[in-house]
Amino acid sequence: MHARTMGQKLQLALRYAVLSALAIVFLIPFYLIVRNALMTDAQITSPHWQWFPLHPVWSNFHELFADKTAFMWVGLRNSAFIATTTLVLQMLFASMAGYALARIPSRASRTVFGSVLLTLMIPGAVTFVPTFALMAWVGGVNTLWGVIAPGLFSAFSIFLFRQFYLGFPSEIEEAGMMDGLGYAGIYWRLVLPNSKAVLMSLGVLAFVGTWNTFLWPLVVGQNPSSWTVQIVLSTFLTGQTIQLHELFAAALVAVLPLVVVFLFMQRYIVEGITFSGGKE
Amino acid sequence: MTSTTQTASKGKSLDRKRLSAELSFWAFVTPAIAGLVLFMAIPMVWGFLLSLSRAQNTIHFGHFIGLRNYTDLLSDPDFLNSLWTIFVFTLFIVPTTFLFSLWLAIAVHNIPRGKAFFRTVFFIPTAVSYAAASLIARMSFFSGQSNGFANHIIGLFGLAPIQWIGTASPPWYWLVLVSVRLWLQVGFYMIIFLAALQQIPRSLYEAAALDGASGGFTVFRYITLPQLRAATVSVLLLNLIAAFQAFDEFYNILGGSGSSSGNIGLARPPLVYIYNVALSSQDFGRGAAGGFIITFIIVAFTLVQGRLFGFGSAKEGR
Repeated sequence: MHARTMGQKLQLALRYAVLSALAIVFLIPFYLIVRNALMTDAQITSPHWQWFPLHPVWSNFHELFADKTAFMWVGLRNSAFIATTTLVLQMLFASMAGYALARIPSRASRTVFGSVLLTLMIPGAVTFVPTFALMAWVGGVNTLWGVIAPGLFSAFSIFLFRQFYLGFPSEIEEAGMMDGLGYAGIYWRLVLPNSKAVLMSLGVLAFVGTWNTFLWPLVVGQNPSSWTVQIVLSTFLTGQTIQLHELFAAALVAVLPLVVVFLFMQRYIVEGITFSGGKE
Repeated sequence: MTSTTQTASKGKSLDRKRLSAELSFWAFVTPAIAGLVLFMAIPMVWGFLLSLSRAQNTIHFGHFIGLRNYTDLLSDPDFLNSLWTIFVFTLFIVPTTFLFSLWLAIAVHNIPRGKAFFRTVFFIPTAVSYAAASLIARMSFFSGQSNGFANHIIGLFGLAPIQWIGTASPPWYWLVLVSVRLWLQVGFYMIIFLAALQQIPRSLYEAAALDGASGGFTVFRYITLPQLRAATVSVLLLNLIAAFQAFDEFYNILGGSGSSSGNIGLARPPLVYIYNVALSSQDFGRGAAGGFIITFIIVAFTLVQGRLFGFGSAKEGR
């Protein structure tokens, strides 16, 4: 590398300064959640700003989970169940369909793929009202499966798996054919175990998306027993009286699992976004 | 004689192979396709029929009223206002997100040290839901009290607390709504740009240096930007479609508590309008019609954008 000139050094220093300032701003909301979650209401609303809780009020969390009107446990349990189920089944259905569209010769292949692309263009804005009607008709309102079901099928995931399997090495399948495996055996024993990276990437994105989604659970899960953690948070905001310390403790509990997932799975998430972003 | 029986049996086995492939194909695609039919195709058809029906307090169609729901909506000032609201929001959020995430990607890409750190910091808000981000913005960061974070900071400079969310003029709530969405999504789009930047061959820059293109902007304009075309189209498109369907932060930041309607009247986006009409007033016909109007607008804008920037396919990329 050539030596940097004075001007370049200055420019670089400036860039670091701006990036650092932005980084601090980006982290402030996280700081605020933690700060407020560990304070009493009086401390939060005190006119004298206190930067750090000197005596963290850990009992806020105890209070939150003991609060029968907050439904925090219910929300967390529902969200975990909904997001995990969606992750597993959406990946299974989409990888099966994607594999078939890419690798199993059929006369209907083009038509089916075309229809998948067509549904890809349907925005949620147009389907949520009639899907609610459908759910009301089959008795899915206020049930967990009613919240889960529409998210199990993603045209986008099918499309991405198809693109992935188009470039899948055919030697693996040929080896399976030699061993007398049918398509099901090849898919289950050879293709799936060799798709771990893409399953992880798209799976984490499906999990995160489902955990954070708001409109559909709000529409279909009106009873507290089917609330997700996002609905619990929103109810805090729209409730009659607002308990600030519980509210921020709830926000921390709702956000923390995903921040951990992001920090540990960042590589897969970035790959997933890159893979899907470049394909749009 | 022998040869004909051979070809016959060969043909038979080929037929059987084809049949088994055909059966396997359908076995593999049926779960996903059935789901898409159930939750995409059927709702589209049902929604369309609902939108042509008087479906008040009923989820069934049948009381045909033609385009009444559509004409009613388009003459309802509340609905027109919601269209205007989302139009302004989109017009603002799409370019700012685009420029901000592109700038972040280039800045992070071109620093010698700390790339991973900055990437993680800007990306991590993507993990947060709109509901949680709205909560922080409304109750802490942009709280109208003097103990809100923003008010505390401007207070250090001797400024009086501002009602960030509750007042119509000046419309500070736009700043809140835009900040929340920017915070949540620029990291995501930055990742897309970063990936694209990494794929630009170094030789292009070396060739440009040989040709004497030195100034940073010239290189950016004639090399970096054209190479980012596919990523740009993808970012603009994803962003536009998401912006038109904004719901979560409007609902949670401006929505009322208890029986009051809060500040949602300041800026009610179409999806909140549709939600209220369908779920609160139980007018499913009108709600469904609203969904089709929004979809029509999204499709129209997507096509216009496609015309302007291309759809990012390999052919158009050249």
